Amino acid sequence: MVKQEHTDSIWILCEIKEGRIIEASYETISRAVLLSRKKKAKLCALALGYNIERRDLQGLIEMGIDEVYYSDDVRFAHSLPDDYVQITISVLKKHKPDIFIAAATTFGRTVMPAIAAGLNTGLTADCTDLDIDCKKGLMIQVRPAIGGNIMAVIETPLHRPQMATVRTNLVSLPNRTPNRRGKIKRINFFSSKNSEPCSEWLDSTKIGSKMPLDKAEIVVAGGRGLRKAENFSLIRKLADELGAAVAASRAAVDMGWVDYHHQVGLSGKTVTPRVYIAIGISGAVQHLAGISSAKSIVAINKDPSANIFKIADLGIVGDLFEIVPKLLQEIRKAKGRKR
Amino acid sequence: MRIAVLVKQVPATEDVKIDNKKGTLIREKSEVETNPTDLTAISQAVRIKKTIGKGEVVAISMGPSSAIKTLREALSLGCDKAFLISDRIFAGSDTLATAKVLSRALQQLGPFKIILAGNKSSDGETGQVGPSVAMQLGLCFTTYVTSIEKVTDDFIVIRRLTETEYERIKLKLPALLTVTKQVCEPDLPSLRNKIRALELKIPILRATDLGIADSEVGLKGSPTKVMKIFRPKIFRKGKIIKVGNVRKAVKEILLFLEKQGVSSQW
Ligand SMILES: Cc1cc2nc3c(=O)[nH]c(=O)nc-3n(C[C@H](O)[C@H](O)[C@H](O)COP(=O)(O)OP(=O)(O)OC[C@H]3O[C@@H](n4cnc5c(N)ncnc54)[C@H](O)[C@@H]3O)c2cc1C
Ligand SMILES: Nc1ncnc2c1ncn2[C@@H]1O[C@H](COP(=O)(O)O)[C@@H](O)[C@H]1O
Repeated sequence: MVKQEHTDSIWILCEIKEGRIIEASYETISRAVLLSRKKKAKLCALALGYNIERRDLQGLIEMGIDEVYYSDDVRFAHSLPDDYVQITISVLKKHKPDIFIAAATTFGRTVMPAIAAGLNTGLTADCTDLDIDCKKGLMIQVRPAIGGNIMAVIETPLHRPQMATVRTNLVSLPNRTPNRRGKIKRINFFSSKNSEPCSEWLDSTKIGSKMPLDKAEIVVAGGRGLRKAENFSLIRKLADELGAAVAASRAAVDMGWVDYHHQVGLSGKTVTPRVYIAIGISGAVQHLAGISSAKSIVAINKDPSANIFKIADLGIVGDLFEIVPKLLQEIRKAKGRKR
Repeated sequence: MRIAVLVKQVPATEDVKIDNKKGTLIREKSEVETNPTDLTAISQAVRIKKTIGKGEVVAISMGPSSAIKTLREALSLGCDKAFLISDRIFAGSDTLATAKVLSRALQQLGPFKIILAGNKSSDGETGQVGPSVAMQLGLCFTTYVTSIEKVTDDFIVIRRLTETEYERIKLKLPALLTVTKQVCEPDLPSLRNKIRALELKIPILRATDLGIADSEVGLKGSPTKVMKIFRPKIFRKGKIIKVGNVRKAVKEILLFLEKQGVSSQW
């Protein structure tokens, strides 16, 4: 017997940054639309933020959301979990959704486990796929497990809502139907009396990245094969010449050659560039998990049996320290000719 | 100041083979290690205690009896006490159930001013246990902490990393933080602490010691169920060139880039 009383609705969490709904949340709508078709369930979105762009709320309806619940309040100006979690829990307790999903961003991964704990339900982290088991009416949650060596199919049979965070940059954004009708409702909540928040945002510094990795058309990635920190500049130089973003395997990040936000793979980012150039990367399943939807892959590795060659469209067996400098030289030459 | 650190023992091998016929896992080596991020958390906790000048650091691990080894390591890195939370009925716990057990242990062994956890374990990789524990204990919390700037008896100032920025957050204590490997360079054990770690007794708390019923934990108490596992299939057919000749390799790459329309933008 299902332990919590629930309605048939599917809810998504809209993450709002500086008043705008982030793209990763739109991806979760694509997922939710699919689920709602199979379940024939109502789709709802929860949007808590500050100075929210009203156009974005209307946009949710056009993307397939039937009901938007929002609150525009200064306490949501920064991504502090305190009130956010409490208010989300109270909204979900009132509306009793069957399914509740969010993007697996740092914010989603922070608030969702707390929300799940508050509702005493399960949460599956970092799903790569969601579906509906039509016979049982349950959400099928697929996620990498045991270090990405296997995929696990997970269900939440008896607890509601069935909750999941989903990996970003895997599915396309939802189509819009202009003038689609839906409801946009403001949430009313009463702030508790002594509601001095327990955490306080002081300031933030944007991380400067010339080229955001997850939007890049070309990505140049380096791994342990580069041997030492100084050599990683080969990757940066090649990326510069190609107008590409810089990426790295976890080995290179762990070694401290490059910052974590360049890490691609299971515990880093998923990228979908036109060309991914993997240099000195062996192609562990965990790394491949982040690049399997790249349109094409070039690999340079001196070991002919390296796993990366199983997935590469062009594999070069050779020494990167010979090939990359020469490649740089040739690209510069070619550019010179054009100018 | 009393500080607790949640530490998990994880499989040391990254490669797990799968028996394709049976669909089961073949774990060749059953080597274990302490979750690397948790070692960082331990060192950070010990440093906070030193900064404040007094207090104690308590390491807590839930797992089978082999996790004693992880707790000895925690002691050798300067933790003052260590507790193993272990019971057969805990087996198969998902993150909610695990967090339930850890919360109960923290309540019983507390009060703590600061609780540190890793932002992720290298095997489960959910990062859910920390926030779930915080919620179950009604604690202020934050995640992805990359450095600790200031600690007093009443508050802590931290830096954390999101997709787009470093944020500075001030939290009232008590609070729970999940830390990343960046937070500090893990210490090496001192000889004195190594010896102490071997001598100290590590108490084991069972479900009954914590007042936990078997309906709350293990497979029964876990809302999420693993229905099946399969191997991810990632492959494509490509062109592999072995080059003795660097020039030829470079030419192939340039040709490929041209076909993908990359060089047209130059
Ligand atoms: C839970 C979990 C999550 C993980 N998440 C990620 C993740 O998100 N991203 C990730 O990348 N990894 C991840 N990993 C780690 C992953 O398993 C591998 O350890 C890692 O990807 C290896 O990085 P690498 O290919 O750079 O290093 P290695 O495996 O050491 O490979 C280096 C390669 O460089 C080649 N090489 C050496 N010298 C040269 C040369 N001169 N010229 C050409 N080639 C050369 C070698 O032949 C070798 O193939 C994860 C692991 C676990 C358990
Ligand atoms: N069984 C456990 N015992 C103690 N701490 C744990 C346990 N499981 C998870 N943790 C803590 O929670 C963090 C995140 O783990 P996870 O949610 O599994 O990714 C770890 O780095 C530990 O600090």
